[in-house]
Amino acid sequence: MSGVRVLVGTRKGAFVLTSDGTRKDWKVDGPHFAGWEVYHLTGSPAEPERLFASQSGGWYGQVVQRSDDGGTTWAPVGNTFTYDGVPGTHQWYDGTPHPWEFARVWHLEPSPTDPDLVYAGVEDAALFRSTDGGTSWDELSGLRKHGSGPAWQPGAGGMCLHTIVLDPRDPARMHVAISAAGVFRTDDAGATWQPTNHGLRSEGIPDPDAEVGHCVHNLARHPSRPDTLFMQKHWDVMRSDDGGDNWADIGGNLPTDFGFPIDVHAHEPDTVYVVPITSDSEHFPPDGRLRVYRSRTGGNEWEPLTDGLPQANCYVNVLRDAMAVDSLDGSGIYFGTTGGQVYVSPDAGDSWSPIVRDLPAVLSVEVQTLP
Amino acid sequence: MTDAPVTRGATIRVKLPGHLRKLAGVDGEVTLDVTAPATLGSVLRALEERHPVLRGTMRDPMTGRRRAFVRFFACEQDLSHEPPDSPLPDAVVRGAEPFLVVGAMAGG
Repeated sequence: MSGVRVLVGTRKGAFVLTSDGTRKDWKVDGPHFAGWEVYHLTGSPAEPERLFASQSGGWYGQVVQRSDDGGTTWAPVGNTFTYDGVPGTHQWYDGTPHPWEFARVWHLEPSPTDPDLVYAGVEDAALFRSTDGGTSWDELSGLRKHGSGPAWQPGAGGMCLHTIVLDPRDPARMHVAISAAGVFRTDDAGATWQPTNHGLRSEGIPDPDAEVGHCVHNLARHPSRPDTLFMQKHWDVMRSDDGGDNWADIGGNLPTDFGFPIDVHAHEPDTVYVVPITSDSEHFPPDGRLRVYRSRTGGNEWEPLTDGLPQANCYVNVLRDAMAVDSLDGSGIYFGTTGGQVYVSPDAGDSWSPIVRDLPAVLSVEVQTLP
Repeated sequence: MTDAPVTRGATIRVKLPGHLRKLAGVDGEVTLDVTAPATLGSVLRALEERHPVLRGTMRDPMTGRRRAFVRFFACEQDLSHEPPDSPLPDAVVRGAEPFLVVGAMAGG
């Protein structure tokens, strides 16, 4: 019987949650890397037993771990992320130039076809690539050097490249998102890049329609429609149907269009999920009610999903990488909270139940659908 | 530091913090043979050569700059701010005292 493996990164370690296809009874394994921040933990679609984890902390810096047995055992791989050439400067919070300095890996994106190829999005914002299973890392510096890099500024969480979306049609084409710079696309495997932010509007920057400077929080894409991208921005939920060249607001009837994650149903490319958060300073759900919102129309018309979720006195956040979908029938949806709960809906969001309630603050959730 | 450089090779005992022991897969102290003169830099280099997984965890792999929340102690002295070519105290070189890598006291 098919099953799922949910990979959870938290403020104090990693956890691996497994279940069969019913997604009712769960085995909880962890903490791995106890005491360390695990910003992201994910699996290779090409070789599902191969997992990668970003393990970091204020004391001892960055470690990348790899498992080749589905998370049972782990071994450190390469942790040297050296910017290409003289890295130069970007903008600091006060507008002064600040040297590019590596802080941590926010996101790991394995290739869908090559188990040795994996991308890493890092802070200070840059994209690295490993072609040897994480042993060594090289910067794809065309992104940082394409022209606007010196003008990039950090968001409140740091200046991080947190989202990498690969195009299922073409391994040379991908989108990345940087806070607070925006979305960038390459069509030549990372050699050259262009900002793709037309249509974004951010009141918090001097020119609300600027080409770069937008605090994009997350992107999602359905593999059957590679040119359609969904975006949760600092404020605004957006959609592009031309590969990111132009964006339109699809916030519609959401109670607030601030939030962090966005994801797409595994089998319905127009079914989209977000978790509205009150505001940029109040990082909790409106009215203390934890509600996932689902649109079955590709945006604009949204319905709250509440069955099984706390509807009073809930003041947690759901971070950008902390939502995932499985590809079983019905498309299971998962998300983790800063309060340490990981919720599952085996029926595309209609009903929810907690897998675990008391983990450290959840930073990321990924799910693997296993044969 | 007042100790003069020791010109012979040395066997240095190193005590690592728990997180780094776990990462390196070691129990207890690490014993390192270091060519003379044994300095702060040479013991860190020998430690990283013995356990490559520790590269980047104590100091920046490119600049050699100590990570902010890592401290180096020996013989009740804080060596953290000493330059890399600083000789280690004689008691450490003789193996009478360990060289301590310490995670700074900080919350989180």
